[in-house]
Amino acid sequence: MADKNGRFGIHGGQYIPETLMNAVIELEEAYNHYKNDPEFNRELTDLFNNYAGRPSLLYYASKMTSDLGGAKIYLKREDLNHTGSHKINNVLGQALLAKKMGKTRLIAETGAGQHGVATATAAALMGMECVVFMGEEDTKRQALNVYRMKLLGADVIPVKSGTATLKDAVSEAMREWTSRIDDTHYCLGSVMGPHPFPTIVRDFQAVISREIKSQMMEAEGRLPDAVIACCGGGSNAIGSFYNFIEDKDVKLIGCEAAGRGIDTFETAATINTGRLGIFHGMKSYFCQDEYGQIAPVYSISAGLDYPGIGPEHAMLHDTGRAEYVAITDDEAVEAFEYLSRTEGIIPAIESAHAVAYARKYAPTLDKDKIIVITISGRGDKDCAAIARYRGEDINE
Amino acid sequence: MSNIYKAFENGKAFIPFITCGDPDLETTEKIVREMEKNGADLIELGIPFSDPTAEGPVIQEANIRALTAGTTTDKVFDMVRKLRSGDDRVKVPMVFMTYANVVFSYGAEKFISTCSEIGIDGLILPDIPYEEKGEFIDITDRFGLDLISLIAPTSEGRISRIASEAKGFIYVVSSLGVTGVRSSINTDIGSVCEAIKQSSSVPCAIGFGISTPEQAAAMASFADGVIVGSAIVRLIAANGRNSAPVVGEYVKSMKDAIR
Repeated sequence: MADKNGRFGIHGGQYIPETLMNAVIELEEAYNHYKNDPEFNRELTDLFNNYAGRPSLLYYASKMTSDLGGAKIYLKREDLNHTGSHKINNVLGQALLAKKMGKTRLIAETGAGQHGVATATAAALMGMECVVFMGEEDTKRQALNVYRMKLLGADVIPVKSGTATLKDAVSEAMREWTSRIDDTHYCLGSVMGPHPFPTIVRDFQAVISREIKSQMMEAEGRLPDAVIACCGGGSNAIGSFYNFIEDKDVKLIGCEAAGRGIDTFETAATINTGRLGIFHGMKSYFCQDEYGQIAPVYSISAGLDYPGIGPEHAMLHDTGRAEYVAITDDEAVEAFEYLSRTEGIIPAIESAHAVAYARKYAPTLDKDKIIVITISGRGDKDCAAIARYRGEDINE
Repeated sequence: MSNIYKAFENGKAFIPFITCGDPDLETTEKIVREMEKNGADLIELGIPFSDPTAEGPVIQEANIRALTAGTTTDKVFDMVRKLRSGDDRVKVPMVFMTYANVVFSYGAEKFISTCSEIGIDGLILPDIPYEEKGEFIDITDRFGLDLISLIAPTSEGRISRIASEAKGFIYVVSSLGVTGVRSSINTDIGSVCEAIKQSSSVPCAIGFGISTPEQAAAMASFADGVIVGSAIVRLIAANGRNSAPVVGEYVKSMKDAIR
């Protein structure tokens, strides 16, 4: 939990321009009020259950389990949510909160486009204006999601600065928020940025581990031995971990994007290659050079292609409560194909990083062990890019 | 206490900003000397950062040019050392403007002690608000630098708290948004400055969006000085290594407008 100054151990904080300070203070006050408001929670639960399709399934992957020959494997199916990923959980919460605060316009950053699509969806549903910032490079990698956002009525602004990926989209969304605060809520998509965002996003995503816990108790009568999730900024990972943090026997494993390998410069594995820094409103670990210049990170997965990690993950790493492993592009692509063929489930390339680690990890465990892999999103958006990766040029 | 107060002893202060190493550090050195000669009262030196989230496109591009040219924090320190030595040394106060990670990653104490040793008077960190200044201010105090406080049009109830602890000068942000030239400034900046004056006797300088002598004169009527960045950086983008005389001329026109 964050302390009253928004700190997770030494991480977190509010490293933002003075212009935004009153906006985040106002947001914190509103959130602290509404999170205990029964009416707010009733509305949010209704949106979760009757719009987003929650609870999501906890699926026993029997084929994968017998193929790998080790631990029993369950998949938490966030890919089955409306809009195709876990991002909708946070967005519905923040959009509802923004509406209660009297805001009429949502802005957001997006990497793979999943958070942008979710924000555009919530804006359409709630009759709000929506502008999504997306790295120009990502608008090419994820052209289908750009179209979906526009179809939903959002403006998509391609960001050309820097590496033209997720970090630049975050910077541009922060700049936009600085210039228009009165009617605008910045719907941040991950457990990052200045306090209170890491806490707000975590709380809205914690529904994932709340459900895993009760579904697992129902299916197996006990808690799992490990929970595995992919981790860029870390919203689906913290959502999957949160309600297990106090259950010390449950191993928590975050899978970072190693890109072409953690011994290369083409990586986005923050815990594995980064060091402590201050960026995008928070103190945490960042990929950076010796002078603190933020590194131009790389991963095949636009959603994990970010040089930082949320402050709560940084703390879980410091305390050893969670472990962060690095998965390469090659391993992720193989896992993408593996899950498709083995279980008939096409995971997002982001989630495929978690599947890839499970393929290595499950066989090392006895058959009476249980692991849960969070499938944070579905992989339709990635099919064209993976085909290209395999040397096949297909039209979307 | 630093020498920053001296910048406010010649009438209204003109405070130009440039990004160090844009297009290279030799040019930056020439521009600094030329700015002093033409009436700059305090010089704000930007240390480039890869992801300057408080800057508009003009200064973002200057950061990219400077980093592409191989500018590093150590090379900027060397340049300042040169500017502060010899018979023709620069005498006006100088402050660094950069982002928290540049200082933090270098080691805050090592960074700030080096600043003090080479003759830097203060530090502007736009991503360090009042709530986060603790981890830097003990060190700047110890080494005689001023950590400059920023106040924005949205600060409202925060003004007295920030102003009463401010040192050196107060950087008053003229408008919402990021740095960059603006055709007009619509904030009621006068009342922001008045509120500041009730809590602090530290001089105020207004920045963000100022580019013309007319705007400078108008802003100077509310405050003790004006800060200009993007308009100068734009001249440097257009004139490259030949920027020094052009910038000098511009600084003179701006200082004359607020005298």
